[in-house]
Parts: sequence; structure tokens; C-alpha cells
Amino acid sequence: MVNYPISVSLNSVSVKRRGKSVLGPLSLDFKVDGFNIVLGPNGAGKTTFLKVLHGVERVSYGTVKWSIPDAKARQSQAYVFQSPIMLRRSVRQNLAYPLQLVGMDKAEITTRVVEWAQKIGLQDVLDFPAPRLSGGEQQKLALGRALIRTPQVLFLDEPCANLDGRSTREIEELLKNATQAGTHIIMTTHDLGQARRLAGRILFFLNGTLHEQGNASEFFITPSTSAARAFLNGDIIE
Amino acid sequence: MNEIWAGIQEAFWLIIILDSDLIEITVRSLKVSFTALVVASALALPFGTWLAIRRFRYRRVTIAALNALMGLPPVVVGLIVYLLLSRSGPFGVLGLLFTPTAMIVAQVIIITPLIASITHQAMRELWSEYHDLLISLNTSKRQRVAALIWDGRRTLMTAALAGFGRAIGEVGAIMIVGGNIDHATRVLTTAIALETGKGDFALALGLGFVLIALTLVVNLAIHALSRTEREGTW
Amino acid sequence: MIHFIFAVLIVFSTQVQAETMRLAATTSFNNSGLSDVLLPAIRMDTGLDVQLLIVGTGQAIRLGEAGDVDAILVHSKTAEAAFVAAGFGTHRRNIMYNDFVIIGPRSDPAKISEAESAVGAIQLIFEARNSFVSRGDDSGTHKKELALWSAAVLDPRHFGPWYKAVGAGMGASLNSASGLNSYIMADRASWLNFGNKGALELLFSGDPMLFNQYAYIAVNPDKHNHVNIQAARRLEQWLLSARAKSIINNYKINGEACIYLQWHALALYYIKGLI
Repeated sequence: MVNYPISVSLNSVSVKRRGKSVLGPLSLDFKVDGFNIVLGPNGAGKTTFLKVLHGVERVSYGTVKWSIPDAKARQSQAYVFQSPIMLRRSVRQNLAYPLQLVGMDKAEITTRVVEWAQKIGLQDVLDFPAPRLSGGEQQKLALGRALIRTPQVLFLDEPCANLDGRSTREIEELLKNATQAGTHIIMTTHDLGQARRLAGRILFFLNGTLHEQGNASEFFITPSTSAARAFLNGDIIE
Repeated sequence: MNEIWAGIQEAFWLIIILDSDLIEITVRSLKVSFTALVVASALALPFGTWLAIRRFRYRRVTIAALNALMGLPPVVVGLIVYLLLSRSGPFGVLGLLFTPTAMIVAQVIIITPLIASITHQAMRELWSEYHDLLISLNTSKRQRVAALIWDGRRTLMTAALAGFGRAIGEVGAIMIVGGNIDHATRVLTTAIALETGKGDFALALGLGFVLIALTLVVNLAIHALSRTEREGTW
Repeated sequence: MIHFIFAVLIVFSTQVQAETMRLAATTSFNNSGLSDVLLPAIRMDTGLDVQLLIVGTGQAIRLGEAGDVDAILVHSKTAEAAFVAAGFGTHRRNIMYNDFVIIGPRSDPAKISEAESAVGAIQLIFEARNSFVSRGDDSGTHKKELALWSAAVLDPRHFGPWYKAVGAGMGASLNSASGLNSYIMADRASWLNFGNKGALELLFSGDPMLFNQYAYIAVNPDKHNHVNIQAARRLEQWLLSARAKSIINNYKINGEACIYLQWHALALYYIKGLI
């Protein structure tokens, strides 16, 4: 797959929930390329930002426009939710589902499912009910299910929260492989170490808006705003 | 206590000698209630699912009405269906009063709200669980309903079973609209009422045990069916 | 969806067999067991499949008025006369009779077995305030019971809790009386065929006032043109036939004859000087 960048532009986007603003107003032209990590304190609007980009959360105001037609945009994206959503089916059927939706033929589905089950290390539990897997296994399955359609853009919301070191490393491996295979990633995390390990680009959110952005190498060494500096120091920001 | 023992013996004998009347009314009971179940499910399952995933203006009112209808006294349903189907009523020309069809109509009215309500509750839960994922996967409306119905099939089966149990055990409505006519509209429950009326408690109890055994068998059969389909340790 | 439902409905409604007719008959006709011997004979002789609706006289008359049955077999002369007068039936035909009896606890606390007449018997029950179960369902039996109270110049509406109007058929009411060890009025055939007598016993019978006349009325096709008047007429002819007479007169419950074909009955009553 060709690793060409995609861009998205947000035009005065805001999201309100029960009268309270949770995101925006936000205007932004953003070239999605490589590994992007969204940082910021709790309640900064990171998750809402991801959901708005993906289109699973409606904006209260403004527009989100991808460089490809709307109809194809979400089709070519995938999203891994903070707590993995397991279909009440077997591991095999969970992996097959996104492929069945696009009408892929059965033989190819079978090969892909087996291939991805091996990649995520669940080849021995293919017929086990997905909702009964452990947290780490569920997260890996959710990731495999997201990647099986080789999306152009993959959103991840705190994929390693609550996971042990080993599972975290396995997931990070999978994500690195995915970027090499041409998938662009936008991910939120609380783990600064993880952000340092993976990020190509950082988006720092504060109070529902994009406060600072830049290359990871620069951001971690010389953040340009005092809030970002405080955040990196581990101070509480209000 | 003697009566109950006599009832058990009576039930045993009725089954051992395959009493032809017993078989006839049992088959009719099953036929009427299964038909009612099929019709009610065809209405209630899609409606309950639709109610769970669609947001519209009178949704809350509809749900409240549905829950109220669930508690509808069967006798009242029977009376209304009777008045509608009577020769002097609006649908009198159809000549359906005192036929199995009238009993099916009454049972459909009694169990549809029950099945729809259980379906709605189950589907609402499943939908809130699946919502983000199914939107994210860019599913069409049809694909969403299909996924919900397929993954909720065991709950739906339970809903249908609850409906079937209510239908086959119901007596008030079908007595009124069916008339308990021998060889035409007599079913297990109305036969029990009749035998009780004659003071023949042993036979009434015998029929009662047959009814209980029947519902048990149907429940177990459906349970076993859903089990074999479950694949492995599901 | 709608098509499917209609398809199902049609499958069921087209299951019409031989010639059928619907007869609304009083509970005692069935509870006595007489219908079980008559219906097969009717089918054999006339080819008619009589579908029997077992209801109280009040409801039978309503069914006839609505045109939901082809004929009625009931036992309340005033209601029948009104039914025919209003044009719902062509004419009424006396078919058979039996008699009402008063049932009560074996110990007979009100001593009604010593009463001179039916009215005397219920007066004794009233004085003893012993529990009494009434059908309370506007049936022929209920109407007869009310006629007795009124003949005794008593009004059940002012009775205390000892008077229990259960609003049920003959069998269910007998069950209640059996459970409560109460007095109750029933037709003889239902009583003889009743399986849960418990401590109850027949205590009083034989008063001409307790005469119980069953009449057959075909529903008037002028009011409801869909009724099967041919079948109703055929059944009427059969009920008046010698064969019906022999079946009805020979029908015995526990060795006791309890229902008589009409002409025979009238003769009997004339002989006894009861009418």
C-alpha cells in the first residue's frame, strides 16, 4: 500500500453535551501522516476530537472535511475504542465481521482471519467467545479487527490503559508494523513514555482546543507553551 | 392430596393410552399458540428492535404504551375481539368468531406487546454496547439490525418463549372468542376449565399436568436447539 | 407482513368440514352429559356437525341476537318469549324438561328436607342465614332461583354475606357450594353428573315450581341472513323425532332418568296434576 498522506480540515468545529462545551471551537488543517499522538490532561477533549474526526460523534457546529469523499472516508478508517467492544461471537467471527460487511468472498476471509489471528497471537482461541477473553486479548482482538481491512487511518483511544507491560509491548509492535504497512495512526495516550516511543507528531490538547502541535522530537525537548511544559513536568494543569 | 395423586395417575393414563381426544386438543393447542407466536414474533421482534435503535418524537410514549399493553387482562382482550368478530360487530362478515383463527387473533394481541417489550429491552442494551462499533464500521441500517438480531438471538428466543408460555396457558380470552367447542376450538386450558366445571378434578388435573409437561418439553427443545447452535463453550 | 398474517388467517378459516351449525346451549345440557350422547347420534342421522357453545341462558340469547349462532337451546320462558317477540327467533319449540333440585349440606341445618314447598324451603334457608351459593350469571337456573325468592317476597339484594352470587356456570357454582358446604339450587341432571359432591346431598325436589323447561329456537334468517336455517330446521325436526325421544328418555345418570322428551313430560305432569 502506498504511504501517501491524507488531510482533514476542521472548520470552527464545536461539540456541546448537555449545554457544556467539550470541544472547540476548533479550526484546523491537519495532514495525517505517520504516527500522531494526542496528549493532554483529562477532559481536554482528546476522545471527542478522535470521534469527531472519525464521524462517530456528531458536531454541534462546524464541518469536518476529509480529502477523500465523505462516503469513503469512514470506510477507509478504523477505530479502537478505549474499552474494547466485542461482538458476542467467537474470535473468528469478530475478525471476519468487517470483511463480511464489504462483501469479501469466503475463502479470502478465511485466509485473512487466520493470518491476522496469528499476528495478534490469538490463533489458538479462534473459536472461543470473544467477550470471555482477558482484557489484553480483547484489546489485541479489537486492534486486529480494526487492521484487518487495512485502513488508511486508524484511531486508537488509550489502547494500553489497564494493560500489563507485555501486552503493551505487543500492541506497540502491531502499531509499528501497521504504520510501516501504510496506515496512518491517530492515538490518545496518558503514557508519556509510550508517546515518546511511538510518536512522529504530537497534538497537545487543553480545555477543548488544540493548544500546541509539532514534531515529537521538538515537542518533548522544547515545548513552546508553558502549559505543555507543565504537562510534561507532571504538574496539574487547570 | 388425594385429588392431586388421582390427577397424576389420570395424566399418566391419558398419555399411556394416547387418548384420541387428548391428542386432538393438544395438537390444537400447539397449532393455535405456535401460529400466534409466529405472527406475534413477526410483528414484535422487528418492532422492538426498531424501537431500540430509532429516536423519534413519541418514542417514550410508545414504550410506556407498550409496557401498559403488556399488562392487558386477557379477558378484556377476549371481550374486545369477541365484539369485533361477532356477526353484529365490524368484522362480523368474516365469520371468524368461534374459530381457531379468532383464538389466534386474541393470542397475538395478548403476546405481541410482551415479546416486543422484552425485545426492546434486550436490544436497547445490546445497541448501546454495539453502537460505536457498528457506526465506526460504516454499517448500513440493515446490517445493524441484522447484527443486533443475530447476536441477540438467544434473548429473542427467550422473549418468544415467554410469549408462547403466556399464549398456551391462557384461558380467559380464548374461552370467549373460541367458545370451547368440542372438535373445533377446544384446547387444553379450556378443557381444564370445562372438566373443573363438571367437578371432575382428576381429569382436569390430568390435563393440567399434560399442559405443564408440554410447556416444559417445548422449553427444553428450544433450549437444546439454541445450545447445539452455540458452538463450543459459548 | 400483512400478507403473511392474512395467509395464516386464511389457512385456518378455510378448514370447513361437512355441514356444521352452531348451537348455543345451556350449561346443564352439557354438564348433564346428555350432549355427549346426542351429538354423535345427530351426526349419524342427519350428517350435521353441531358445534356446541356451552353458555348460560343469558349469553345464549345474546349470541342468538347477534347472529353468532344458528340456534339456541335454553330454559327461561320469559327470556325466550322476548327473544321471539323481538323477531330474533322464528318460534320456540319445547324440547324436553327436567327439574331443579335444592342441594345442601348433609346435616341440613335449615331443615329444608322437611319443607312443604320450594318457596318454603328457601324461606327456611333465609331464616337460618345458612350460606347459599347463587349462580348470579343471568342463566336460566339463576332466573328460576330469583323467581323463587320473589315468590317468597324476599330480595337477595338485601341479603347478608351468607348469600354468595358466584357469577359462574352450573359446575363451577356446584364446586363453590361443595367447598363452602352451602345450599344451592341446580338442575337435576347437572347434579347427578357432578363429580365433586363432597358433603352435599339432594335435600329438596318435586315442587311443580321447580319444573325446568328446555326450548329450542332457530335464529331468524330475516334478522341474520347468514345463519344456517336449513340445518337449524333439520336439527329441530330431529329433536322432535322418535329416535331423539328414545335416546333422551333412556338417558340415565347413575341409573336415574333425569331428562324427558317434551310430549312425554307434559303427559306425565298432567297425570300427576302438576300443570
